[in-house]
Order: sequence, then structure tokens, then C-alpha cells
Amino acid sequence: MRVTHFVCASVVAAVFLTGSSPASAQDAQALRQEIDQLRRDFETLKQQYGDRLTALEAKLATAEGAAPAPQPAAAAAAPPATAQVPPGAEGAGGPSGSLPVYGNVAAGSKVFNPDMAVIGDFLGAIGKNDLHPDPFGPGDRSRTLQMHESEASFQAVVDPYARGDFFISFGEEGVELEEGYVTFTSLPGGLLTKVGKMRAAFGKVNALHNHVLPWTDRPLVTNNLVGGEDGISDAGFSVARLIPNPWLFLEATGQVFRGDSGPDEQPLFRTTKRSEVSYVGHVRAYHDLTEDSNIDVGFSYARGHNTAGQLDNEDPGRFVTNLYGLDATVRWRPLQRSIYRSFVGRTEWIWSRRDQQNGLQASDGMYVSGDYQFARRWFAGARYDRSYRADDASLLDTGGSLLLTYWPSEFSQVRGQYRRINYALGESANELLFQFQFSIGAHGAHPF
Amino acid sequence: MKKFLTGLTAAIVLLPLPAFAQAKLNVITATEDLAAIAREVAGDRASIESLARGYQDPHYVEPKPSFILKLQKADVLVVVGRELEIGWLPPLIQQSRNARIQPGADGYLDASLNAEILEMPQGQITRAMGDVHPLGNPHYWLDPENGKRIAKEVADKFSQLRPNDRAFFEQRLADFNARIDAAEKRWLAAMAPYKGMKVVTYHRSFPNFAKRFSLDIMGYVEPRPGIPPTPQHTLDLINEMKRQGVKLILVEPYFDLKTPKKIAADVGGEVLVMPPSVGGVKEVTDFFKLFDYDINLLIEAIKRVGASK
Repeated sequence: MRVTHFVCASVVAAVFLTGSSPASAQDAQALRQEIDQLRRDFETLKQQYGDRLTALEAKLATAEGAAPAPQPAAAAAAPPATAQVPPGAEGAGGPSGSLPVYGNVAAGSKVFNPDMAVIGDFLGAIGKNDLHPDPFGPGDRSRTLQMHESEASFQAVVDPYARGDFFISFGEEGVELEEGYVTFTSLPGGLLTKVGKMRAAFGKVNALHNHVLPWTDRPLVTNNLVGGEDGISDAGFSVARLIPNPWLFLEATGQVFRGDSGPDEQPLFRTTKRSEVSYVGHVRAYHDLTEDSNIDVGFSYARGHNTAGQLDNEDPGRFVTNLYGLDATVRWRPLQRSIYRSFVGRTEWIWSRRDQQNGLQASDGMYVSGDYQFARRWFAGARYDRSYRADDASLLDTGGSLLLTYWPSEFSQVRGQYRRINYALGESANELLFQFQFSIGAHGAHPF
Repeated sequence: MKKFLTGLTAAIVLLPLPAFAQAKLNVITATEDLAAIAREVAGDRASIESLARGYQDPHYVEPKPSFILKLQKADVLVVVGRELEIGWLPPLIQQSRNARIQPGADGYLDASLNAEILEMPQGQITRAMGDVHPLGNPHYWLDPENGKRIAKEVADKFSQLRPNDRAFFEQRLADFNARIDAAEKRWLAAMAPYKGMKVVTYHRSFPNFAKRFSLDIMGYVEPRPGIPPTPQHTLDLINEMKRQGVKLILVEPYFDLKTPKKIAADVGGEVLVMPPSVGGVKEVTDFFKLFDYDINLLIEAIKRVGASK
């Protein structure tokens, strides 16, 4: 089929060329002949393909008639598909004759392909925001409509001891490995170990991918203090252990990263030496209050070198940022009506201690938000934001949002968000943000 | 030498006794139906607990961290399979830190392996068909014959992990099968007069039940699996029910009754909240009571609205 496409494309290109270039009559004549030739070639090819298709269909019909239930074994026994070695390869010392085509349709090894999915996240904004023309990112380019992110995921079991997860994010600015790590599921001592690039276990929002956020954007405190949408996300190790006790679910996580987090426009941690790694620690406590409700509380700590004292990839200042976080989530979901009603209330408080030339900046920030599901496919939510800025603890931004979310199905989502932000120096922004999100493929369930 | 002997004696005494006094099998099941069947097989030689409740939609269970604690200690995890639990169980297994119950390990049992599975999708399937299950309809346990098949799987798995109790499990399995056979005769006899009875169900939860007891499922309140009712589909369904004289709508305990009640009022029929699972209503505490309850509910309703074939 590819050949046909190529021919079609050539014909179209040729037609365009004829139309656009002031060719002489002679040239036009030559071109016309060429087009006619191409057309004939194309017709021949079409004929050939048509014949082959008919033959195949006939073959299929006979095969079905002979064996009403085609067995996979029969497919596997079929001779492997082959490809012709390109001309010239033989003379250049390459292989000769036919080569087996790996990954043909019947290849049994295909069952080992990872679960694949793509999630599209389209965002738009109406309204005015002079300070942040890009309503969802740190950049200063105005972006009213954006295909904010297309996240491709590949997930599979590696071997009896581990599984692998990759999340590749195609954004407005290019491609990025959002996460890519191996998880060792059955190490002794109950240690759940991850190695790779991952979003750090700092609080709740930092660990979430965009498409599972209950909002179209991230809270002010995330943008001001924890590196924005990129957040603390870095290459490193993570070890998590359950702390046995008779009362509740208690999990402690320790992580060591290279020390680079946050976008270039607004870096959170940057390393200049091998020893300047960053650390994240997290303790999570969870308890079922009743069958329908539960509470989830966490404490987080992160430490890394900031850019305040860095110049040309040297760090004479050796300034450090320490972050402390407290998060709490309450959930209510009546079991028997779980697909129609639910409520999630969440809050995070973050304290940032950032060393810089003009002294320690002690800033803090928080958000509190609630989401109520009032029908099988409808959710209403609200969020209050308040945060000082990491590099200037005298500047306070506050904001609030109202949200409405509709799920046409489990695999798509439409969301509107009214957001008002009062920035520290008197500017304010009123925006209507909206989102279309859709997923295809076998995206696995997300952690609770 | 004396020291060595003392040490050896101590070691022997302190060593956990092999096989003879093995601890109870710690079994976690995805649903209460599987737990009920496992209890029939294991008696007092296993402690068995289900993650989902019977009155809960088994497609949408919240993957709570408290489940991780249960899975962490499990010797066996029995799942319904056919991707019923795909939305919630995999991350729990992954975080359980329990090598015994990872898919493919000895302690992981997919109960659907030998069961009769209906509605295997043919040809190309897409999500335009709603939440289709590519491996067939996972609501297969609502058939006494499949109950026996699940019990056999469970008994084999328990025997594999506790070889010394093999005879015990097999004897209990034989006993369960005998009781199911007797009960099934009774159930079939009770349903015999209503053979071919047409009904409507909310979700596709009852295909195996309908096949075993010769009900004819004429339509569904959901336009497609997992897609909530739409006005047009509801209207079409009402017209079709009127045309064919269908009066009964079977609804799983976890679905909203508003649309089914409206349909029932329009066609002069009745809505039955019919549990597809053990624990779906309070009275249904084991696998036998599930069929007793459902069949009784159906027959009483048919008597009220009049049989319509």
C-alpha cells in the first residue's frame, strides 16, 4: 500500500509543481507525459493490488470453509513473511536473498508488547492575564489554545521480579520523558524500589500526572514553590517501605535524585557537582474511617541546591533550598452508590526555606480544594490558593477557582474552570480555562 | 561438643514445624462470590476475605491503601479475571510487596480459566461499543455449573500450596459439588415453567444465569456496557418492551433506579433489584443463598406481573 501512497503523493506534487512554476510549453509537455506515465504506473499498481486482494480473499474464504475455527497454532505454522534485500546490499557485503520480517502479524512474541496508551490534553484560556500570558506554563508567550500534552505510556512486566513503566510527554515545547522507571515488586524486607526518572513523592500534587489532576492547572503554591508543572521530577532511586503497626497504613519513602528539578524558566533545584544530589522523604498515613470514608495524611521533605549562587555551571554560592510539606485528603464514596456520588477534599501546606544572596527567604503557601460528584458523569469543584514566592518572601499571590467537569465516558473528559488570581504587586487575572481530555489504548489504573 | 549438641537441640526445637502444623492459608479474593466458594472448599483451614463488597459495582472499586495491607500478607489471591478488576487491582498487587501473589506466581489464581465464558467479542472491537471486555463477559459466576468449575480451580490451588490437606480439600469439593447438583435440580425445576421468559437487565451481568435458567434477555437499560441510559435508547427500549410484552427489569443493587422505574411504570411492569453477587443483599450470605434468593425473587415477580414469553 505504501507504494500506492508514494505514487499518489508524487502525482499530487507534480500537479502542484506544474501549477506553480512558470514552465515553458516544452517543459509542460514533458511534465504532462511524465504525469501520464505516472498515472499509468499507478493504474497498473492499483490493478495488481486489486488482483492480489481478490486472491487473498478467495484464499481466506477457502481456509475458513476448511477450518471453521482458525487455530492460533495454524497461524504460527505459516511460513514467516519475508522482505527482499534492497538492491546493492549484496554487493556491499550485506545479506542476500530474502530476510525474515520480524514482528509480522502472526508473531507470537507480540503478546509481550507493553500496554500502550495515549492521553491527549487540550487546554484553552479566555480572559486577561498580563503577568502569565501562558495560563498553564512558566513561559511568557501567549498561548490561548494549546495541545498542552500528549502522554504516551508503555507499561509491562519486565521479568518475575520487576515491571517497567514509561510515560513520554509530547508537549508544546518538544518531547520529554515524563517518567521512566523500573519497579522491583518483590524485594526482601518489603521494600518497593524504583529506579529511573520519576515524579518525586513530595506531597500529593507533585506526584500526579496532568491528566489525573482535579483541575485544568496546578495550584499557585506548586507554581511558586515546587517547580510548577514539572515539579520535583528527576533521575534517581526510590525506596518505600510499609511500617507495620496494628492501627493504620503507614508508608515511608526515601528518594535520592541527581539534583535537577523544575523548568529552565524557573528552576527549583540545579546541580553542578556529582555530590550535590537532592533528597526527598515522605511519610504517608492512611486510615479507613468507615466503609465509605477515609483519611490520608502525609508529611514530606525535600532538599536540593538552587540556582541563586550559580554562575556558568559553577556554584560558588552553594545555596540550598529546603522544602517541607503537609498534605491531607479526605474521601467519601458510598460503596453501593459509588458510581454516582463522591467527595474528595484535599489540602497541602508547603514551607520553602531558600538560601540566596540577600538572605534566607522563608515563604509558605497552601491550597484547599473540594470536588463533589453529583451525578454519574458530573463533578463540581472549588479551590482556594495562597502562596508567597520562593525567591521573595514578601510577595503574596492569592487566587480562587470554580470548576465543572463532565465525563462523556471513562475515557474522555470536558472541564471548565473559572480562575481569579490576585498577584502580589496589584495585578489580577480573571480567566476562563477549559480542557478536553481523551485517552486511547490500554492505560492502566492510577495509584490511589 | 556439648555446646554443639545443645545448640542443635535448640535449633530443632525452635525450627518451625514442617507441613504438619502449617499456618492457615491466608486467602484474599477480589469479590464475595469467590470468597463464598473458597469457604466451601477450605472450611476452617483458611482465613478468607474479599476486597470488594457484594453490593458494590465490581468494575469500580476504590484501590484503597488498606487493601495493600491485606494483600501484603496473603498466600493466595483469587481474582474474577477477564479484566473485570483491571481498573483497580493491578496497582494494588504491584504495591503489595508480596511476590507470592504477583500475576504468574503460585499464589495468583484467575478463577475464570475453566469457566464457561459467554459473549466473547467477535471480530474487531473498539471502545465505540462502550466498556466491552475483550476477553468475554466477566460476570460468569452466576451459574451453578461455573460455581463447580471455580471450586475445582480453588481446591487445586489450595492443594498445591498445602499438599498435606489435599484429601481434605478434595472431600469438601466433592461435597460442595453434590450439594450444588441437588440444589441445581431444585432451581431448574422451579424455573422450568417460565422457560423462555423475556426480561430486561440494566448491565450485562446475567448472561450465564439467563442461559442456565432459560431466560431470554431482550435488552439492556444501558445503551452500551458502562454507558448510562440515554433518552433515545430508553424510548426505544420501552417501545420494544411494549411490543414484546416484557414486564421485568432486573437491576443490580449498585445502579440508580430512576430510569428503570420510569420504564417499568411505562410498560406496566416491575423493577427487581437482583443481586448478582453474594453479599448483594443482607440475606445472601453464601453461594447457595444467592441462587435461592434470585430465583425466588424472579418467580414471585413473574407471578405478580404474569408470565410473558
